Amino acid sequence: MEKDIAVLGVGMHPWGKWGKNFVEYGVKASRDALRDAGVNWRDIGFVSGAATMRCGYPGYVAGATFAQALGWQGAEVNTSYAACASGSQALAAARAKILAGQCEVALVVGADTTPKGFLKPAPGERPDDPDWVRFRLGITNPAYFALYARRRMDLYGDTPEDFAAVKVKNAEHGLENPNARYRKRFSLEDVASSALVADPLRLMDICATSDGAAALVVSSLDYARRLGQADAVRVAAISTVTPTFASAVVEMPDIATDSAAAVEAARFRAALPAKAYEEAGLGPEDISVAEVYDLSTALEMDWYEDLQFCPRGEAANLVRSGATCIGGRLPVNPSGGLACFGEAVPAQALAQVCELTWQLRGAAGPRQVAGARVGITANQGLFGHGSAVILKR
Amino acid sequence: MSKSQVPVLPGWFAIENGEPHLLGTRCRACGTYYFPRQTLFCRNPDCESEAFDEVPLSRRGTLWSYTNAMYQPPEPFVAEDPHVPYTILAVELEREKMIVLGQGVAGLECADLRVGMPVQLVLDTLFERDGQETITWKWAPLA
Repeated sequence: MEKDIAVLGVGMHPWGKWGKNFVEYGVKASRDALRDAGVNWRDIGFVSGAATMRCGYPGYVAGATFAQALGWQGAEVNTSYAACASGSQALAAARAKILAGQCEVALVVGADTTPKGFLKPAPGERPDDPDWVRFRLGITNPAYFALYARRRMDLYGDTPEDFAAVKVKNAEHGLENPNARYRKRFSLEDVASSALVADPLRLMDICATSDGAAALVVSSLDYARRLGQADAVRVAAISTVTPTFASAVVEMPDIATDSAAAVEAARFRAALPAKAYEEAGLGPEDISVAEVYDLSTALEMDWYEDLQFCPRGEAANLVRSGATCIGGRLPVNPSGGLACFGEAVPAQALAQVCELTWQLRGAAGPRQVAGARVGITANQGLFGHGSAVILKR
Repeated sequence: MSKSQVPVLPGWFAIENGEPHLLGTRCRACGTYYFPRQTLFCRNPDCESEAFDEVPLSRRGTLWSYTNAMYQPPEPFVAEDPHVPYTILAVELEREKMIVLGQGVAGLECADLRVGMPVQLVLDTLFERDGQETITWKWAPLA
């Protein structure tokens, strides 16, 4: 049975703080993806949207919202919400529809408009909500990233300079990416002199939140062939597995891990790519480029190990050797990553797929990874959501 | 007159036999601990138990990791004006095989800490308003 689908077209709205309605961004990205694919909007049989929780009802039904904005034409719609993995869930829904033979070509789109200032929980006394509890006790998002970073330092000997080197690398990668929000070169000194937020992480170690949109046009391989795109980039795997009880790492927004008194603890981040490798019949040795969720610089290094690019504890060697720079053995975040984009939750997982598609086509311009054949994405969000997507040429 | 004291999260901690403890539950069938307390259903995928005992959690543990909060968190955190940075500790409890977060005691700094060091739970003020102290658990290095 056929397992792959084709990525015919990709499109993005540049990341930023534009303050416009998220639908505007989504329509722009969708039109770009349709144009890139050479597919007419009326031919799209399925619109799969990634929901945003910050833009009211239209955001909860994002698939229908985008379909209406592009002009109702009788397609079926779907909306997926899975925190940071929403885009991958929306892509998985489109793949299922296509592989089941219920649709030939689908549009997958996610967009967000982020509020100004801190993201904070809903008001009131709500001790049953772990998100409320941790803010009440003064434990913000950067605190979790900092706990992971500090553990790396004390266990493996990583240094703040190693973390800063990830920022310097990603800033260099994203310098000429027209969709990136921050296009500025940073030095190790720039990172070291930025404000300490949560020891050992500084402001320049932590990603911002952004507005943005990303869209894909995906189809059956047969449809791609009929369109003359037999050599299109393919989706070889989509992993959206849940964690397995008991959690080994304390995850945002929880105040504690599960107890591993009865069942051995398992790492969620490591499970995500493991399932993707298995599904694609590929391994870490096959990967030529990766887009991973650098919510913090140190977290990108955790991902190297969870993606099995190196044994646990050895990610700093990859950073220090330049292996994960463009031109290195295994470039990571050639787009510039979240360091250059900031996070636009429902669009981010799709933006990762857009970047890998350009890379595998050899169309990434000054940030091209030479000879890229297989790419993997990885991200993780709240409440047991995460994803890894493998693309191949 | 002593100030009145209220717990930040009623029922989450208590003093038992003169020592402060977090209050959790334990599944009667598989022995999994829960904090915050779980009384409805066991989350172990191989266990269907709905029976739990209330248990005080270990007071002592080892430091899994630590950081601090240099910036004032948003509400519902109640902040000092100006903000006073505090440490945040992640502590591994050996018997329960779980990691529990909490603030470090006042005056503690990251430079005082090291992954693997022994720590213990104390009860301390989270914030004070209108003559009333709100009490929480905090972690303190064992001398």
